[in-house]
Amino acid sequence: MKNIRNFCIIAHIDHGKSTLADRLLDFTGSVTDREKQDQLLDNMDLERERGITIKSHAIQMEYTYKGEQYILNLIDTPGHVDFSYEVSRSIAACEGALLIVDAAQSIQAQTISNLYLALENDLEIIPVLNKIDLPSANPEEVTDDIVDLLGCDPEDVIPASAKTGLGIEEILEAIIERVPAPKGEPDAPLQALIFDSVYNPFRGVETYFRVLNGEIKKGQKIKFMATDKSYFADEIGTLKLKQQPKNIIKTGDVGYLITGIKDAREVKVGDTVTSTENPCVKPIEGFENVKPMVFAGIYPVDTEDYEELRGAMEKLQLNDASLVFAPESSAALGFGFRCGFLGMLHLEIIQERLEREFDMTVITTVPNVSYHAYTKKNPDEIIIVNNPSDLPDPSKLERVEEPFIKATIITKADFIGPVMSLCIEKRGVITNQTYLTPERVELSFDMPLAEIVFDFYDRLKTVSKGYASFDYSPIGMRPSKLVKVDILINANSVDALSALVHMDNAHTIGKKMCEKLRELIPRQQFDIPIQAAIGAKIISRETIKALRKDVTAKCYGGDISRKRKLLEKQKKGKKRMRQVGNVEIPQQAFMAVLKLND
Amino acid sequence: MAGIYLHIPFCKQACHYCDFHFSTSLKKKDDLVIALVKEMQLRKNELQDEPVETIYFGGGTPSLLSVQELKSLIAAVYENFKVIADPEITLEANPDDLTEASLVGEQSKTIFEAYKGIGINRLSIGIQSFFEEDLKLMNRAHNAKEAKKCIEAATAIFDNITIDLIYGIPGMSNEGWMQNIETALSFNIPHISSYALTVEPKTALEKFIEKGIVKPVDDEIAQQHFQLLVDTLKEHDFIHYELSNFGKEGYFSKNNSAYWLGKKYLGIGPSAHSYDGLHRSWNVANNSKYIKSLQENILPSEVETLSTVDRFNETIMTGLRTIWGVSLNKVKESFGEKYLEYLIQQSQKYIEEGLLEIDNSNPSLPVLKTTAKGKFLADGIASDLFLLNLQ
Ligand SMILES: Nc1nc2c(ncn2[C@@H]2O[C@H](COP(=O)(O)OP(=O)(O)OP(=O)(O)O)[C@@H](O)[C@H]2O)c(=O)[nH]1
Ligand code: SF4
Ligand SMILES: [Mg+2]
Repeated sequence: MKNIRNFCIIAHIDHGKSTLADRLLDFTGSVTDREKQDQLLDNMDLERERGITIKSHAIQMEYTYKGEQYILNLIDTPGHVDFSYEVSRSIAACEGALLIVDAAQSIQAQTISNLYLALENDLEIIPVLNKIDLPSANPEEVTDDIVDLLGCDPEDVIPASAKTGLGIEEILEAIIERVPAPKGEPDAPLQALIFDSVYNPFRGVETYFRVLNGEIKKGQKIKFMATDKSYFADEIGTLKLKQQPKNIIKTGDVGYLITGIKDAREVKVGDTVTSTENPCVKPIEGFENVKPMVFAGIYPVDTEDYEELRGAMEKLQLNDASLVFAPESSAALGFGFRCGFLGMLHLEIIQERLEREFDMTVITTVPNVSYHAYTKKNPDEIIIVNNPSDLPDPSKLERVEEPFIKATIITKADFIGPVMSLCIEKRGVITNQTYLTPERVELSFDMPLAEIVFDFYDRLKTVSKGYASFDYSPIGMRPSKLVKVDILINANSVDALSALVHMDNAHTIGKKMCEKLRELIPRQQFDIPIQAAIGAKIISRETIKALRKDVTAKCYGGDISRKRKLLEKQKKGKKRMRQVGNVEIPQQAFMAVLKLND
Repeated sequence: MAGIYLHIPFCKQACHYCDFHFSTSLKKKDDLVIALVKEMQLRKNELQDEPVETIYFGGGTPSLLSVQELKSLIAAVYENFKVIADPEITLEANPDDLTEASLVGEQSKTIFEAYKGIGINRLSIGIQSFFEEDLKLMNRAHNAKEAKKCIEAATAIFDNITIDLIYGIPGMSNEGWMQNIETALSFNIPHISSYALTVEPKTALEKFIEKGIVKPVDDEIAQQHFQLLVDTLKEHDFIHYELSNFGKEGYFSKNNSAYWLGKKYLGIGPSAHSYDGLHRSWNVANNSKYIKSLQENILPSEVETLSTVDRFNETIMTGLRTIWGVSLNKVKESFGEKYLEYLIQQSQKYIEEGLLEIDNSNPSLPVLKTTAKGKFLADGIASDLFLLNLQ
């Protein structure tokens, strides 16, 4: 046990965690030349395409230091704010953390938020100053920033380049010297924390665990404490690049477990694994339930796929404990699920994963945050509004509250003006302004969550030319002036397109939605009026002109094949549409509200 | 029964809207004719003694071939295939090749008499418009005067004549279009093919519209022109037997009807397509490659096998364009009960909207057709009635 080190890599987005993990894997000989590739641990297609980490990834390395053999369990974590839940679970399995700071960008919002997560769990922090090879690197200043933040010695900060490999040996040395070996009772009953799980269509659920006390043996009968169900440990092993089956995983170590569980619901991340014969007394304190920030409906494009969609969502949830969902139904779309997400990137990724990994084409409805409504009849009873249709009729409504957040923005002093205007436009109120250095300012705002979940990030990046980072935490509910904007297509109200918006924005948003829908809905054989309404009052109107001609002039011997293929392609496109009334609405139109500014 | 199509891939100049396969250099003309004959020899067994009913010279511009060359090609058809006693032999011709100047051989013989002499019995003349400005805009090789003159001359020798007219040309008014229709009718010809001007990708026309040199084509105007055309020709006893084709009783194009009725055809020449009921093949769309390949006795073609679903889809697609529609009995016979049920169920919505109808005028032979209102939307409807192959 004294030769095991468990650590994670944490940082702001893009500061080089996954690249640094590559170098550590190279240096310790954990990957062969053939297996090497950039950001090797980002193995999901989506991660590779987008160049970001979405899921934490654990991997084991072996390293000889001063003549002794060590086992190093590394967990690479995501940096994007939507995925901070992944970070907190990884932290629970570790004694130490490499805190990576980009030498050109210095401390950013998620550097701080992830650092605090690690400190709350008493992790030993090893600061790493990365990307010092960059011409724009500012090693001295950024080291000072780190020293200020952590209260450490400048010598504790390890200068490194994940690109050139500089500093890697020093990092490994620091991991062994500074991160404490795991503590735990080898002879106590088995007590292991489930910190992650994945669904494998061939092998069922794979559970990743960290042994706190005791040990786990292959074939042993084990129990999950929260569900109180017992299984046989059919296969256990360590997480090398490929899983490596073992007969035993001892105290302090990290491994995987396969029990043949096929039903996603039986495994809960945060649960404790123990021995059925000799159980431990108490479960490990698990994880706080994640609180979703954004809600949206997810519906199968083909109504018949509802059950299949449920199965897919359950399996995804196993990979992503932060996804929550409950059945709901819509007049326009039939049966589906109301889902909670950590943010818009999370929503987008779930939608894409459903499509790629489960071949499920879905419609996602207009997202909203969670409101509290109170009626005149029952002014003390909270009605939780996660769906526009849950909002009571305006005549019965007494008041509405919306979630507020404290937004922390770190930016260059040059951009205070534009950042400030943006936050005020988004109904923010400044609460604090601190100069971290003469050039860098931390601004705090109280803001409605609804204003930041949609396009706030992109706008912030634009107004600050990329020199602003952003973090937020909920600060409770506050009174709001909320209205429901309904959309009527061909005179039929389409509930799935309704949006909850602040009264002051209702007209602009209604107008833009009509315009966007006119663009996105293909012309059909008749004129289609599109209207936005608040209650019975129409606030905007557009018309999609009828299709007048939809036939090629010529269709002779040489045209038939080509033409058939073209029409087949059109037919495939139609499969991505939903018929509402007699109008075909394409899948992406339901998300139109998000693209209003494109 | 089968048809033979010969593709003559040469044109004097490129019309701005055209995306057919052709070359404006006539250098390879001799070699091409040899290659066409060679292709027929190599494929002589493909029709398996099925008699040839129609021979069709299309293009490109077949009237760029000499009468002698055309004669040799017709002879090659007879040598290699079984031909019925009185086949329809059509020649596509452009007005600029049909002027008085093109007298041939024996002094008094006009080009029309010469064509007739070698067995051609149907002329398809690429008029497109009788207005100078339209012809210029489209970069046609002939002028308005030639257009009128050549029809006049042709009618003296041929009775089975068809002309092409284009509508929806930017700048063309409804009145202008009506004048074109009336001029055409004044020659008392029995057939008219009329097409909406279509902006094909990568054509000069597309570029000009992009650059704002030519106004964009307006679907609404095209639809009005189409309506005028349909109504006027109907008054003059033309039968609207295919979306773009109008013929008097007994004068429908036999060759083209074969495409829409799913009959077999053999396409000879670069880019030509063939269909044997189960496979479709097409020749390379490149004159040099085509000629070279045939010099080496190799057919320069690719083949695809049509699945049942493919054939079902084609039946719908072509059927909805024609007066014959989609025979429900035939769907059942060729594809089975399931397909028929699907088709009927999927059509329901369009029947209710008045875009499709089931014609029961012969109760034992019900047919699914587009209505007058549905015709101009036939592709969108067809696509919706399609089945998709399971991948
Ligand atoms: N020049 C230079 N570039 C680096 C260095 N480390 C990482 N990068 C680059 O920085 C970008 C982001 O690197 P990643 O390793 O994906 O960053 P990350 O922190 O894992 O990002 P997320 O997981 O999305 O939070 C990539 O383009 C890397 O090539 C470095 O030391 N020097
Ligand atoms: S003459 Fe016919 S084939 Fe040749 S370019 Fe013009 S339209 Fe096309
Ligand atoms: Mg990463």
